[in-house]
Amino acid sequence: MVASTNISIQTVWQILATVTDPEVPVLTIMDLGIVRDIKIMEDAGIEVIITPTYTGCPAMDMISMNIKLAMVEHGYTHVKITSILSPAWTTDWMSEEGKRKLKEYGIAPPKGNAGTIAEDGIECPQCHSFHTKLLSEFGSTACKALYQCQDCKEPFDYFKCH
Amino acid sequence: MLPNPNSKYPIPYILHLADSTLILSQRNSEWCGHGPILEQDIAITNISLDLIGQSRNFYRYAASLIGNDATEDSLAYLRTEREFKNLLITELPNGDWGQTILRQFFFSTYQFYLFQQMQNSNDGQLAAIAAKALKEVTYHVRWSSEWVVRLGDGTDESHQRMLHAIDELKSYTGEFFVPADYEKEIGLDINLIRQQWEEKIKAVFEEATLPYPEKTFTQTGGKTGIHTEHLGFILAEMQHLQRTYPGAAW
Repeated sequence: MVASTNISIQTVWQILATVTDPEVPVLTIMDLGIVRDIKIMEDAGIEVIITPTYTGCPAMDMISMNIKLAMVEHGYTHVKITSILSPAWTTDWMSEEGKRKLKEYGIAPPKGNAGTIAEDGIECPQCHSFHTKLLSEFGSTACKALYQCQDCKEPFDYFKCH
Repeated sequence: MLPNPNSKYPIPYILHLADSTLILSQRNSEWCGHGPILEQDIAITNISLDLIGQSRNFYRYAASLIGNDATEDSLAYLRTEREFKNLLITELPNGDWGQTILRQFFFSTYQFYLFQQMQNSNDGQLAAIAAKALKEVTYHVRWSSEWVVRLGDGTDESHQRMLHAIDELKSYTGEFFVPADYEKEIGLDINLIRQQWEEKIKAVFEEATLPYPEKTFTQTGGKTGIHTEHLGFILAEMQHLQRTYPGAAW
């Protein structure tokens, strides 16, 4: 077992880059921009500072647990997770790599910056047509809206700008 | 989190915010599996989820200020009816889909203008909760206002149902703007919120071909714990597990 005292913050970032979102397993919590900071505490424990995507997102508890598990796997047992609300999470923090992975997975990535409510011109992740329509602003999870492609007729999730 | 000594927000006010969002969340969740179509069943329960997220943030903050082992769960599950400070409109039965939609529109519009001010509050934690919630509430206002228009300017039946919903709810919206004693020092411009709220409701009602109820009786009491007969039943259902098996956890 590795003692927490020997850890570098860089190593923690690397470990956290292996933790995925339970609802969208192709995205890591780093792709999503959920991890805001990492600190080595005075007693040599590690503090991971995260922020929730949506206020009521039920995945946050699981994400906290998965962070702890990933750290334990690498021998770090003294880990504290702190959740902060400000500044509020935004899809602007999602990495380009994350957006690419989302699209490959079949979820249309957020289009535009936080605050834009894009209705038109969302690209179908299946056939890449832009001829799509909004079916519902609320999809299978809090972060998604439901769209349908007018060409291939396939319904798909759109990760909303937030 | 340590109490903010400069905070103008008293604990009862934070509990009032928490209770209103919790009770409306509980009400909306009754639609789960019963929505008119699948997409809207999902929409109303998503809104429920956002609301319970907000209430958890408010309860956690209140618990940190109260101390004495208070937690978000003890505040939600172990307070009695007279201790709940939610707005009366949140505890009313859902009625039909039109009534549920109209209540959501009234409430979300109120939250929208309230949080717009609160996000600049000198109480940092409350400002953070409000800023976060505002992003979600924007969607709630948009979704519910579109439904008000669709039903108001829809068929004869949907129009009639919206008129009925207005009759059922109109005496409960005034409570948004009648401050309780604990609300008088919070430094928010309630008159401005009322003005913005009325403008938005009137604009959407006009598009929905619905009459705006000008002069109505205002029922108050929820903010100080005087509730309708409906709240007791909600709490009985929501709290019975914790009261029967104290401390039960998943």
